Formats: sequence, C-alpha cells, structure tokens
Amino acid sequence: MAWLTEFGAIAAMQAFNGLSVFCVLLLMALGLAIIFGQMGVINMAHGEFLTVGAYTTYVLSGLTLHYAPSLQPYYFFLAIVVAFVIAGALGWLVEWAMISRLYHRPLDTLLATWGLSLVMQQALRSIFGAREVSAELPEWLMGSFSLTDAIDIPRNGLFTVAVTLLLTGGLFLLLFRSRWGLHVRATMQNRVMSRAVGIDTRRVDRMTFALGCGVAGVAGAVFTTIGSTGPTAGSLYIVDTFLTVVFGGAASLLGTIASAFAIAQTQSISEFFMSGSMAKVLTLSAVILILLLRPQGLFASKVRK
Amino acid sequence: MHSTSRGITRRWALGAVALSLLTASVMAPRAWADDANTTGLAVTPSEVTVGQLHSATGTMAISETGSIQAERLAIEQINAQGGVLGRQIKIIQEDGASDWPTFAEKARKLLVNDKVATVFGCWTSASRKAVLPVFEQQNGLLYYPTFYEGLEQSKNVIYTGQEATQQILASLDWIAKTKGAKSFYLIGSDYIWPRTSMKIARKHIENVLHGEVVGEDYYPLGNTQFGSLINKVKLKKPDVVFAAVVGGSNVAFYKQLKAAGVTSAKQTLLTLSVTEDELLGIGGENMAGFYASMKYFQSLDNPNNQAFVAAFKAKYGPNAVIGDVTQAAYLGPWLWKAAVEKAGSFDVDKVVAASPGIELKTAPEGYVKIHENHHLWSKTRIGEVQPDGQFKVVYESDLIEPNPFPKGYQ
Repeated sequence: MAWLTEFGAIAAMQAFNGLSVFCVLLLMALGLAIIFGQMGVINMAHGEFLTVGAYTTYVLSGLTLHYAPSLQPYYFFLAIVVAFVIAGALGWLVEWAMISRLYHRPLDTLLATWGLSLVMQQALRSIFGAREVSAELPEWLMGSFSLTDAIDIPRNGLFTVAVTLLLTGGLFLLLFRSRWGLHVRATMQNRVMSRAVGIDTRRVDRMTFALGCGVAGVAGAVFTTIGSTGPTAGSLYIVDTFLTVVFGGAASLLGTIASAFAIAQTQSISEFFMSGSMAKVLTLSAVILILLLRPQGLFASKVRK
Repeated sequence: MHSTSRGITRRWALGAVALSLLTASVMAPRAWADDANTTGLAVTPSEVTVGQLHSATGTMAISETGSIQAERLAIEQINAQGGVLGRQIKIIQEDGASDWPTFAEKARKLLVNDKVATVFGCWTSASRKAVLPVFEQQNGLLYYPTFYEGLEQSKNVIYTGQEATQQILASLDWIAKTKGAKSFYLIGSDYIWPRTSMKIARKHIENVLHGEVVGEDYYPLGNTQFGSLINKVKLKKPDVVFAAVVGGSNVAFYKQLKAAGVTSAKQTLLTLSVTEDELLGIGGENMAGFYASMKYFQSLDNPNNQAFVAAFKAKYGPNAVIGDVTQAAYLGPWLWKAAVEKAGSFDVDKVVAASPGIELKTAPEGYVKIHENHHLWSKTRIGEVQPDGQFKVVYESDLIEPNPFPKGYQ
C-alpha cells in the first residue's frame, strides 16, 4: 500500500515534470514560431535574445536589491515586462539594420543572424564578464509546495506554466483577433497583395520581428528561475527551439504547441526509464523519423514565397 | 663617424644598427647559450618568454578566466621578487577560443615561432588532448591546472590539479564513514571526465566500501531539464547523490533540485564539479548544505592562502572569487620557477628532470610536491556550501599520492 502511494506520488510529479518541460519548450519556441513561422526568417540569434532577457532580470535584481530592497519580492514581474521591452527594442533595431535587407535571400539570414549571435555573445561577455551570474530570485519563486510527504510541486515550474499560458493566450488574441494580427497574416500569405490593399508591410515585418524577440526576452527572464545566466546560456536552447518549431510545421502556432507537447512528453517519460543521453537519442530519432515521413511537420503550413 | 654628408652618416648609422641587430639575432642563442639555455629558447640575459594558452573567448571563458588571472598574478609576483634565474618573465598570451584545433594551432605557434620556455594553459581535457602531440613533438613544457580523469602521463606536462582518484576516493571514504552512506546515485554530464570519474567511484563503492550504486545517469552537455532525473532520485532514495554535472547544466541541475524540494535537509549530495566559480552562477542559497570535494577552497585558513586571497583581490577587485582550478593555475609558475632554479637552466629536458621532488611550501592549498608521474601530492578537502557562495571546510585528508593509472579501477 505504501508502495502504491509512493508510485502515485512519483507518477504525479512525473506528470507535472512533463507539463513543465512542455511549457519551457513552448515558451522558448513561441518567439521563433512568430519569426520563423510567420516571416520565414531563420533567426539563429534567437538564443541570444533569450540571454538578453536573462541579463535584464539579473541587472534589475541587482538594482532592486540596491535601491528598493522592500520591493525585492515583486521585482520579477517588472523584470518580465522590461525584458520584453528591451529584447523587443533590440529586435526592432536588428530588423531595421540587418534583416530588412535580407528578405529576398532567406538563406543569407541564417548566416547573418548566426554572425549576430556571435557578436551578441561576445558583447555580453565584454559587458558582464565571462563568468555566469545569478539573479537574486524572490523567495516565493524558489522551493516547492509539498502536497503530501512525497509530492513536491516546484513553484518555479508552476510559475513557468502560468506565464506560458498567459503569453500563448495573448499571442493568439493578438494574431487572430486583432487588426494588426490580420495584417501579419495577410502579409505572410501574400505580400504584394497586402501592399496593394494598403498594408504597410515593412512596418508589419518590423513589429513582428520585434514581437518575436520580445517574447524570447520574456522566456529568458523566466528561465533565470530554472537555468543559468551566462553569455552563452541562450545557445543551450537554440537546437531544441528550432526542433520544436520545425517539427510542429513552420507557419502554425498550433503546430508549435502540439510539437512542444509531443517532444516534452517523449523526453520526460523516456528520461525516467533510461539515461538522459539515451532519452535524447530516442527523442531525436523519433523526430527525424516523423519528419522523414511528413516533411512539412505535424501541421501543414503555407510559407511565404 | 664624422662624415661630411649627413645622408651618409644616417645611412651608416642605420647600417650599423641593422648589422648589430642582425649579429645579435644570429648570435643570440649562441652568445647567450650559457648553461641556462642550450636549445634556442626565447631567453635573453634579462628576460625569459613564457606562453599562456587559455580560452579568453567562447563557452569555456567562464571557467578559464580565473586561471588566466591566477597565472598572471603568480608571474607578476615572481617578477617582483627578481624573476627566474635573474630574468624577468614576459608573457605571450594566446586565445584558444574554446576550440580544440585552435588550441593545437596556438600551441604550435608558441613553441615554434615564439620559442617560449614553458606554457601555462588549457582547461578541458579535450584541449589538453589536442595540444599534447604538439608539446611532445616540439618538446615543449605545459603546466595544466584542472582536476581531471587521469589515465594520462606525459614527459611534457606537469599536472597541477588533482587526478580522479585523489579527488574521489578520500571523499567517498569520508561520506561513507561520517554519514553511514551505503547507497549512491551517480550523476554526470556525458563526456570523458564524469564517465571515468564515475567508473572509479563505482568500483570503490562496490569493492571497497561494500555499498550499492542504485542509479547511474548521464545527461548531454548543456542539458537544461532535470525533472525526470530528480524524480528518479526521489524514487530510489539514495543515501548520497554523487554528481559531476558541468557548465550551464550545473546551474539548471541545482536550481531544479531546490525547486523540487531536494535540499540538504532531505538529501546528502557530494559533487566533484562545483567550485566558488560555479557557485557564482548557481547561487549559494540554492545549494547550501551540499558538499564538494576539492583540494582547495577560498576559505582555507592558513597564512599562505590569506596572502594569496588578499593579493588576488587587490589585483582583480574585492568581489573576485577563487576556485580550485584557479589556485592550481597559480601553482604553475611557482613550480616552474623552482624547477628551473634547481636545474639551473631553462632547457625543457633539464627542467623536466629536475621537477620530480620539487616542493612548494608556500602554496595556498598548503604543502605540495611533484611526483615522478608529474602529478602533485596533495590533500583532498570536503567543503560544505554556505549561502554566501563560499565553502566551510569540514574535512581534510592526509597528503595523497597521485595515481593516474589506478589498478583495479579501470
């Protein structure tokens, strides 16, 4: 009987783990899904926008601790907003300076943004030093809720889930219920026609790219609770991010969600029964196999030509 | 040289200078080929050139920055004391850029073009393996600072960090004895150092401590999700989690342990891969009460170390932290100086021959001595993580003989 309760507890925690890995994957893939999926730009610097969000949190945590220690428990919300603004502004700048000149050469964006990622990494290293840093996190974010003796639900996991739900919901509203979202989708489907009916496609492009980068910034801020903050921290996520987006079908947000869920569950469950490295091999093999059978990804897509 | 034409004078002067320079450069090795330098190294009567080869850029810059700083500090101090055999040490620094072929290329440049007398460098085993053939072929000398998996011994390398058995065996003995630990869960990043270390640990646990390994797991480098692993640990309830997770994964691992409620109050954890450097990124509060096995901690209470920490902070700022490898890197220049002075020569062969038996009583970690196998005799210490990012030393072993090829552990 005791064995059964224990089994139940582990199953519950394992289920929550699957959910939280799902949210992490989704959170980091959302920004890329917008940029790669909606615009067709292969943004290799996506991880670095994540890193920018993480460093923003670190800087804000230092500032709060120094100037307003009493606000320390709440600064994290502000950090998320500021991370969005800073990463978004940076994205806006990058689109203006670089991406906008490369729209007819999609493969070149790969090279250019990869170069950008190296530049950003070294810039962060020059500014903050090569060593990893650690944001002072509010007490309520770390630790766990103990439901029973054996079941501990991580608070940062719950927080990640909440942010992911809010952000995904917000993006859906923005893309499918707002006038601006209509413009974005129209531009994606037919750029020339969109321009003909009076949509400022350049502006749409710029804002879309900025939005994607801003969302990456939010992900970076949230990830300070579960991962490291260093100049190359973002590159840890980039492979999984592309995997999720490509597997889901490039232009489909729903596809990204489905793909994040499938990958997270496969990963989480297989990790429980085998070594981490073998679980990764299994997950990647499954993804390759499915992409071989269904090259367009889980959900069929229409990519802008 | 009182010529009527200034042009001629100038040409003469230039020619004379050029000629003397040429003579100097041609004659240099021979002219100064005293006993101190018979192999054409970059040594003049007033100066000796050494190389420094670490990653100042790229992923590994996180770890190698401390080593670069410590070696520079040591060399500066040696120069202030009058240098080595009366020569001031000049450093040529090259950047391995976290890329192993680059390490090999820069090592060749330092040895062949710059003719440096010795090199202080490398951090990862991969970079050391990449430069090893170059050092052996060119007969160079490398001081390597990182604790590593062992199974290597080269005439051309002095290993100033601990090899695996030094770091692992004493700490396992300690934890088995003081905590009554019988069951162990082994966790590592998936590459040569954790795998070799865990292999040694498993043999020791099973054959010597007569305990049980209830789980052994490796995760790819850079993995950021440890939830499933943590659940497995909770299920198996080992007496000790024995961990060698590195890099960015390290931070994720400990933050997620804490978030899952696995704290030192509930679980004993001993790690081989967390120094003060890593704690900066992890945050001491996320790891408080866990143990790390190292030969050096910044908090060591002895006069040598106090002087070292003070000098380090004076040079690099009051917030600078010093980890195990940083201290081991600091030993390199001092061990080289001692060996050169014992040999009375900068020749690599003579310095190598003079090295075994070299003692350093001024080392921050305490007394060390070079073994015939080019590793150091050293003590192993267990540190308990404090919330402020420092360690409290809770155990100190006797001086341990280095044993890079341990019988019965392979």
